[in-house]
Amino acid sequence: MMDPRLLREEKSVRVLLKEVEKSLSRIGRELKLMEVCGTHTMTSYRSGLGNFLRKIGLRLISGPGCPVCITPNGIISAAVEFVSETPNVIVATFGDMLKVPTNKGSLLKIVPDKGSSVKTIYSPEEVIDMAKKNPDKQVVFLAVGFETTIPSIGWVVEEALKKGYENVSLITCLRVVPPPLRAILSSGSVALDGFIYPGHVSVILGSLPYEFIAEEFRIPGAITGFEPVDLLLGIISVLKQIESGQPKVDIAYPRVVRREGNPVARQLMDRVFEVSDGEWRGFGIIPGSALSLREKKMDAVEKFSMDTSSSWENKNCRCGDVVKGAIEPPECPLFRKVCSPEKPMGPCMVSVEGSCLIHYKYGDVEWIA
Amino acid sequence: MDRISLSLGSGGQLMKDFLKDLILKHLGNPTLDKFGDSAHLDLTGKIGFTTDSFVIHPIFFPGGNIGKLAVVGTVNDLVVSGIKPRFISLALILEEGFAVKDLETILSSIKTLADEAGVQVVTGDTKVVRKGEADGIYINTAGIGEVIAEPGNIKEGDLIAVSGCIGDHSISVMVARGEFEFEGQVQSDCQSLHPLLPLWKMGAKWMRDITRGGLGTILCELGEEQDVPVFIEESKIVLSPPVNALCEILGLDPLYLASEGKAAIIIPQDLETEAINFLRTLPLGEAAAVIGKIGGIGKKGEVVLKSVAGGLRLLEPLTGELLPRIC
Amino acid sequence: MCLAVPLKLIEINDDIGTIESGGIRRKVNLSLVKNPKLGDFIVMHAGFAITIMDQEEGEKTLALISGWLEQEEQG
Repeated sequence: MMDPRLLREEKSVRVLLKEVEKSLSRIGRELKLMEVCGTHTMTSYRSGLGNFLRKIGLRLISGPGCPVCITPNGIISAAVEFVSETPNVIVATFGDMLKVPTNKGSLLKIVPDKGSSVKTIYSPEEVIDMAKKNPDKQVVFLAVGFETTIPSIGWVVEEALKKGYENVSLITCLRVVPPPLRAILSSGSVALDGFIYPGHVSVILGSLPYEFIAEEFRIPGAITGFEPVDLLLGIISVLKQIESGQPKVDIAYPRVVRREGNPVARQLMDRVFEVSDGEWRGFGIIPGSALSLREKKMDAVEKFSMDTSSSWENKNCRCGDVVKGAIEPPECPLFRKVCSPEKPMGPCMVSVEGSCLIHYKYGDVEWIA
Repeated sequence: MDRISLSLGSGGQLMKDFLKDLILKHLGNPTLDKFGDSAHLDLTGKIGFTTDSFVIHPIFFPGGNIGKLAVVGTVNDLVVSGIKPRFISLALILEEGFAVKDLETILSSIKTLADEAGVQVVTGDTKVVRKGEADGIYINTAGIGEVIAEPGNIKEGDLIAVSGCIGDHSISVMVARGEFEFEGQVQSDCQSLHPLLPLWKMGAKWMRDITRGGLGTILCELGEEQDVPVFIEESKIVLSPPVNALCEILGLDPLYLASEGKAAIIIPQDLETEAINFLRTLPLGEAAAVIGKIGGIGKKGEVVLKSVAGGLRLLEPLTGELLPRIC
Repeated sequence: MCLAVPLKLIEINDDIGTIESGGIRRKVNLSLVKNPKLGDFIVMHAGFAITIMDQEEGEKTLALISGWLEQEEQG
């Protein structure tokens, strides 16, 4: 088997960048591509490719696929309040969520009530282990994620019901990718030349759910992986589609994504969750964009009568427009003047992959590789 | 007695026996044997001094225990500050009920490391607290030695070397704690840095022990404190296979993981070959390499990193805890 | 929301597998994938295998890049 380091090394990257540059000069104008998934934002800035591409006329805009960015304040603050005011409970969640500040504090810094604790998990399975090992405690799973993660969250629900772990329940903020993309395109608030579709969400979904973007809106796109070379292969595919004038949903990550996606995972999602309207921080409500628990007794918000309504937005915060790709962070009136990583006014400055945080840290960079 | 009792703290015969049967048995030397309230020591010239406390969990991990770490931590702080370590103090805070067998293992490790590093434990203290008031055992060590070099005089063009792979201690402890359900025997790189002392005479300019906060934080501090631009190449940083695997799976940045026996070292350009060859002969030093330099394209105080992919980004110090991601 | 890694499957016990990388082992939940085999590279996200990597396609991608690199060296 050949060396997988080829997917991230400088020499491979340089060769592909040449292809990108040739294509860009043929197209002859600056381009704006939306990369939907926070993990692509990560690859782009950690590798330094995002900066470089911007200098040669290709702007990668961060889209709404950032669970930290779009989870409403009220959902996280309900979890914070619960663990600080209820004895003998465990609130479990992914590391990504721990540092998010809310009007009630963050899960990382809050002092839990007597016998209670906040636990960071890598896998939803750990929630079941915690419930088993702590039969006298309530385990509440703050379950946040998109299609990549939702099947495993669904597995926890089925396992808890099957094995009778009555001390497990979930606060969910589960969102699906295609509806906000439609909302962004229908609003006409941003002119996009192409999409970099999320590679691992697409492992679950396949390519069909994005077809409307190519067919109705005539915008090219490529389902893309996460190594630096994968990102460039996705970009090259989109540029080819722009040049040929034939938009489609190309699978530029064929070693892992299949057209039909993962039907087993989707069936599980269907059994455990039902489609509902979802609130996206910064966006408002997007119809049909959320998944909610069918089995209400697993819903911690109902079980413990939690209040998830508390909002914590500065009315001048323009995260919603940033997440849609309508404006760049410096165009927000709060950027740098009031809003900073130490004192974030909105989710785009909170999340490690948030546009505003990245721009704040790396946006003034004047040099390129 | 096989468990430490609260009454040990009241002094008297119990404490005398404890000191004789445990402390002196493992750590005895002419100074300590005198049992004075303080030690008289022979040191010449400028004296260097440091202190550190150890409250780790678990107390035993693959490659070491809290005792080894207590000596290593203090010795290393001295070594990287241009100080030849000579003597350390050892203060123990024991939780009532702590197993004597475990204490013996810890004391034995302290002795082994002290001998390796050429230091003596010359004074100490033991306290016992009620069950629940400490996590088994807490240790404080203070260390003194002779100043043999004054770090500084860093100039553009100087090179930054690392004495081996980074992050092994963090990952070793994470796996030993069973965090996130990973299994495997991952050795901590906990070791004394006293073999680095000759580098000072060879011309090394500055060193730092790569501990909490990791190499990334140290480099940021370097840039800020010395008011210089720093440039590093990610591709030159070496990770051991288990560290690499866990960073990939959990989304951890290895630049922020702790080691406990590795140093960042600044050397003048013309010392490169000699220094790297020397470092590679030392324990755990096979991966020693130059990873960057003072200078490059960033502003003063900035750390610019060239990624494996060839692109550039700014490096920041670690803020808060390093947490696994799903994004 | 997409951090996932290809990892080698070294053990299978019904729906629970074991992956190994760099001397580290972990269990992986296999209930989302069909017919995993020993030696397969599963793609693990949050402790779950979300798919099995298609090694042939993987090789094709690597060959594509190698090809470009060779062209570059010759050109």
